[in-house]
Amino acid sequence: MTSLWLNAVLLIFLFIISISILRTRKLFSAIMLTSLFSLLCAAVFVGLDAVDVAFTEAAVGAGISTVLMLGALALIGSNAEDRSHTSTHRKAFAMCVSLFTGAVLLYGTIDMPRFGDHRAPAHQHVAPRYINTSPQEIGLPNMVTSVLASYRGYDTMGETLVVFTAGIAVFGLLGNVLKRQREKDVLPDVGEHDGEIVLGIFAKLMVAPIILFALYVQFHGDFGPGGGFQAGVIFAAALVLYALVFSVESLMLAVPLRAIRILMAAGITLYAGTGITTMLLGGQFLDYNLLAHNPVHGQHYGVFIVELGVGISVGAVMLSLFYSFMNYRPQQRRPGK
Amino acid sequence: MQWFYSHFNYVLAVLLLVIGLYTILSSHNLFKKLLGLSIFQVSISLFYISVGKVSGGTAPILIGDSTQGEVLYSNPLPHVLILTAIVVGVATLSLGLALLVRIHNAYGTIEEDEVSAKDRNQ
Amino acid sequence: MAIYLGLALDIFSWLLLVTGGGFVLIGAIGLLRMPDFYTRLHAASIIDTLGAWLILLGLILQSPNWMTALKLIIVVALLLFASPTTSHVLAKAAHKAGLKPLLGKDAHD
Repeated sequence: MTSLWLNAVLLIFLFIISISILRTRKLFSAIMLTSLFSLLCAAVFVGLDAVDVAFTEAAVGAGISTVLMLGALALIGSNAEDRSHTSTHRKAFAMCVSLFTGAVLLYGTIDMPRFGDHRAPAHQHVAPRYINTSPQEIGLPNMVTSVLASYRGYDTMGETLVVFTAGIAVFGLLGNVLKRQREKDVLPDVGEHDGEIVLGIFAKLMVAPIILFALYVQFHGDFGPGGGFQAGVIFAAALVLYALVFSVESLMLAVPLRAIRILMAAGITLYAGTGITTMLLGGQFLDYNLLAHNPVHGQHYGVFIVELGVGISVGAVMLSLFYSFMNYRPQQRRPGK
Repeated sequence: MQWFYSHFNYVLAVLLLVIGLYTILSSHNLFKKLLGLSIFQVSISLFYISVGKVSGGTAPILIGDSTQGEVLYSNPLPHVLILTAIVVGVATLSLGLALLVRIHNAYGTIEEDEVSAKDRNQ
Repeated sequence: MAIYLGLALDIFSWLLLVTGGGFVLIGAIGLLRMPDFYTRLHAASIIDTLGAWLILLGLILQSPNWMTALKLIIVVALLLFASPTTSHVLAKAAHKAGLKPLLGKDAHD
């Protein structure tokens, strides 16, 4: 009963924050509110028993998303404001469309089953089959990982491909990084923190434990909340912390762009390569049963390798996104100026 | 009223969706539109996860000991779908931000009416 | 004997949790009512450090096995480093940006 009240209070907070995001003029404040929104949503997800989703929402939404938005804001101008003067006509139209959509959706939820009802149609047929047979077929405690990597492994491969595509598309849009690297003929001061002593010590202390934690999340994702996505994002966050305190150039000396590009492709190659391996072994694409003598051990190997591929790819893509935003230098090209 | 209490999560997810949609439609600032889009995506995730919750259930991680008897788990399938959706959401957000930066570089502004005015004057 | 230990742990953890919650409330009120950025920062840092530590200590006493307690202790250690650093960085950034603290009537520079 108390968890229902807690859930309701957190959802009301989410509603209030979303209205604040709507009404804030300064974009910097709007970004901070969005980060808070994601973190609160992660708390709501924990209350709804979705621990893996909460982990991902906290790492991705409140972590990497905020860094990327702040990076874009730095390129636009940190004091940027929302200067829209929307006409009342357009506001009324937007309100009508939104309220109509909301009303239609509410009409759709009228005969939905009660919240938490275990006899709801959503919990019949497919989900009991996964819950009841995954201990015997796959044998991993974390059922979300076993569904993600094994039962729905093809979807996850598509998702990793989407992340990879976003990485190379942002390269195409913002990537004049190589030109900047070639212009640099003097070594940057590696490890210089120009007076930020506290922050320098903190970053040097924290980078290694955060990377260790990312590896823990990666390999413990079979037994608890975790997995490839969260691990990749946390790994990228550790390196982003280093780059923010010391310069991006020092990070690019440690983790060069060429390595990131290779890693981006290596992760997804690992994933698809597992599928092709199982096809060459005589089975279907991504049929992990053939990877070992014992089908359950084969499933374990398969899940391990594809989660590793996902983690490598996602970590490399997040870091490459950060590099693209940090190294973009606008060129003087303006139409009609 | 009883219906409202038992469908509170769904009603709030729809409300968040309405706010996100209104932000996208009514704001002229392209950055605000992206923020409205992320609110929209979070509301969808909330809806799915609320559908997947089972009262009295626990997180879909198998509990090792057999002394618990019959354990009720929440549905793992919406969790998988929403995990994918969140990661795809950040991918589209990054792409939208990159486009925003290029638009700002080309037009000097990120307000859509000023951008269309510059295009018309050109 | 075990009952008394369990009762003592319960009372102690309740005390810690309520005190931590109280400090969070004090910090939140301070965040809203303080006149200046630096004083507001001090109020916010109370939430981040003292409030979080007390709540986590209360939760450590409530944990069912030593593994959970160890994980919570690691979280406390992380917060030990991260929260004061965050407050320091915010104050330093504001100072670099030129924000002057609000001084009282009798303050001499």
